[in-house]
Amino acid sequence: MAMTVHCDIVSAEEEIFSGLIEFVSLTGSLGDLGITPGHAPLLTEINPGPVELKKQGGEEQVFYVSGGFLEVQPNKVTIMADTALRAHDMNEAAAEEAMRQAEQAMKDQTAEFEYSKAASQLAEAAAQLRTIRQIRKKVG
Amino acid sequence: MAVGKEIKTQIASIQSTRKITSAMEMVAASKMRRAQDRMQATRPYADRMRGVIAHLAKSNPEYKHLYMQERDVKRVGYIVVSTDRGLCGGLNINAFKTLVREMTEHNSNNIEIDICAVGSKAGGFFNSYGGNVVAATSGLGDAPEIGALIGSVKVMLDAYAEGKIDQLHMVYNNFVNTMTQTPVIEQLLPLKAEDDDESMTHHWDYIYEPDAKELLDGLLTRYIESLVYQAVVENNACEQAARMMAMKSATDNAGDLIDDLQRVYNKARQAAITQEISEIVGGAAAV
Repeated sequence: MAMTVHCDIVSAEEEIFSGLIEFVSLTGSLGDLGITPGHAPLLTEINPGPVELKKQGGEEQVFYVSGGFLEVQPNKVTIMADTALRAHDMNEAAAEEAMRQAEQAMKDQTAEFEYSKAASQLAEAAAQLRTIRQIRKKVG
Repeated sequence: MAVGKEIKTQIASIQSTRKITSAMEMVAASKMRRAQDRMQATRPYADRMRGVIAHLAKSNPEYKHLYMQERDVKRVGYIVVSTDRGLCGGLNINAFKTLVREMTEHNSNNIEIDICAVGSKAGGFFNSYGGNVVAATSGLGDAPEIGALIGSVKVMLDAYAEGKIDQLHMVYNNFVNTMTQTPVIEQLLPLKAEDDDESMTHHWDYIYEPDAKELLDGLLTRYIESLVYQAVVENNACEQAARMMAMKSATDNAGDLIDDLQRVYNKARQAAITQEISEIVGGAAAV
């Protein structure tokens, strides 16, 4: 049997996932990370994007997180997300709309707006879309 | 019959008061259930966060964050979590009393105190009691949002980082059950590790990405915010529970009062009737 490690995904509002996994991949602040059981202790910020789990037995599951922190201990992986969503709860049309609006706001230099806010909104919407497409690819 | 008119009006007024208190009791009961759910939902995050911080405290980092260094205490900051509304029994005053006791102790040791008031009751109390209120936030409502707290928490964290305060504590009510809420004072800064896990005694450190300082700044700020948020949510559940109990006893008391007054009224009426009859009888006998 493949090695497993305990993984928890929590957001400020609720517990999203808790169980044994064989592998998890997500986007860290310095790039994509892949964690397998026995990984060295690691503490990092995470960027908006999909979190892909390979659960014990090989079943895969995808979540979306909008940022937060990741802690890795050799026997435990903890993802503390700002907001986490089960990927199939997400709505592609809404994500596209949000992305379009964010892009619009970035272009619209005459209006009063906060550039950094718009940029982070755009990044989030893009990450959501990326997550949805990833699932699509897997299913289709 | 004009007998006991005042008593009648008094009974009517107590009855309407009882109606209000029993309605408030029911509202508080349903709000309490929701507040409890909210409290339960936020617990996993706070627990995990605590776990990570406990690990962090046991690691041997090359960079020691400001929040983890002990220093001489000259000035202490308190975040006081209270309710926005009254009519919830002794909930707020019990928490304030616990703090005031500590404040007098600090005063005798020449340690000064800064207060950050969360909820309008704490602001009001410590403004009139004479605490140095440096930040205040209120009107958080039944479903408090973490965004509303960040500002005032930041004031305290900045004060700590600048060395204005040397310790940061938080005062709130701990939800034991519906009947019992106990005020607690918890130390937030410098961080204290609960020592229960012996498996991590060897020399180790995290790999930090991007780098330790930047990461820990973010993580520890988030940690304090989540603790304060958890306390606010818990205090909210306490508020509803305390209000429910207070309104329940008010309703019961109103019922007792009405019973008593009703008895007095009945006696007065009976006395009036008896007197009238004896007057009639006396009059008839005289004829």
